[in-house]
Amino acid sequence: MIEVVFGVFLLTLLVITAVAVVRTENLFVAVMLMSIFSLLMAANFFILDAADVALTEAAIGAGITTVIFLGALALTAQREKRSPNGRFATLGVISVLAALMIWATFDKPRLGDPDAPVHQHVAPWYLEQTPELMGIPNVVTAVLGSFRGYDTLGEVFVVFAACIGVLFVLSAGQGLDRGLFAPDPESEGLRHHLIPKVVGRLLVPFIVLFGLYVQFHGEYGPGGGFQAGAIIATGVILYALLEGEASALNALPRSVLLGMVVGGALLYTGVGVAGMLLGGNFLDYSVLMSDPVIGQQVGIVLIEAGVGITVCGSLLSIFHAFAAREAR
Amino acid sequence: MELTLDILSFVLMTTGGAFVLIGGIGALRLPNVYTRLHAASLTDTMASILIIAGIMLQAGFSLAAIKLLAILIFLLLTGPTASYAIANAALLSGLDPQCDGSTVGAADGDDESGEELRS
Repeated sequence: MIEVVFGVFLLTLLVITAVAVVRTENLFVAVMLMSIFSLLMAANFFILDAADVALTEAAIGAGITTVIFLGALALTAQREKRSPNGRFATLGVISVLAALMIWATFDKPRLGDPDAPVHQHVAPWYLEQTPELMGIPNVVTAVLGSFRGYDTLGEVFVVFAACIGVLFVLSAGQGLDRGLFAPDPESEGLRHHLIPKVVGRLLVPFIVLFGLYVQFHGEYGPGGGFQAGAIIATGVILYALLEGEASALNALPRSVLLGMVVGGALLYTGVGVAGMLLGGNFLDYSVLMSDPVIGQQVGIVLIEAGVGITVCGSLLSIFHAFAAREAR
Repeated sequence: MELTLDILSFVLMTTGGAFVLIGGIGALRLPNVYTRLHAASLTDTMASILIIAGIMLQAGFSLAAIKLLAILIFLLLTGPTASYAIANAALLSGLDPQCDGSTVGAADGDDESGEELRS
């Protein structure tokens, strides 16, 4: 009962935030409201017992996306431009879509109904077989990493393609070795703000450590490559904001970041190919070790590492691409 | 013993919730950025100490209590820093802290930038 009340409360707040995002013309306010929207969404996922998704939403939606939006905002105007025409067409399309979606919900099974088709298909098999085949407690990681390894591979390549696309659009490669980041008092980070700098410096190692924990504890608790990559990227972005972009690029140069984007995806694919070479199917980890259960665990750890490396590299490349445009 | 702990944690959490409420009302009602920030920072510090202490009493001596303690420490480090950063940004962008009593009329002019910084 209390969960229903809380869920309705959160969903109401979500609707209010969404309406506020649409209504506001100040883009800065819109970005902040989107961040709040993501945080509410994460809370919503959490009360639906989807801790892994909640962690992803909180790290990427409320955290990194806000920073990247702010980076984009620094390149554009603060205010939304009013478009004079097409309001009624938009309204019509949205109304039809909304009506369709509301109509579709009539067929939807009750929330948490054990007889719902989604709980009757392969889910029981996953729940039953995970302890036996993989010996890890977090079924989400088992499904994501092994049972549905192809889907996750696809996701990694989507991240990869998105990163390459953003880099092409922003053409960030141009200033690579032209000393674009010559010391410039404006882009030196928060050099003269002592308090944020001291506290931030203190926090960066803990953020990265927490990211590594989320990465390697993903088999036992909520977490995994996507969340860990985002958290570690947050730590590095915080470092870049505090110490200036140049020092962040000194610590992790662009070439390393691009290498991470490519290397993570390659690691994932490599694990799959290694399975093939050892006589199994593509992305079949059981053959990696003599004991199939250990093989599965090794495979999942490796592909999660690949996911984390790609996500972290992509987010940081995109952040630096925006920051480089700003400096120009 | 159990009952005492329950009552104590209930009192702590309720007081914490009251502080959140007061901070929220203050953030909405006070006249300018700095006073609003003053109210909002109450939720970062006092309320989070009280609420997390209340939950820790429920958790007892366990791993959860240590995690809560870590969360509390990080909140106490980051919350005031964020408040400071917002106040500093407001000051740098040219918002004067108004020291005289006649703030209500002047506050209307500040509303715009105040909105942005607060959200």
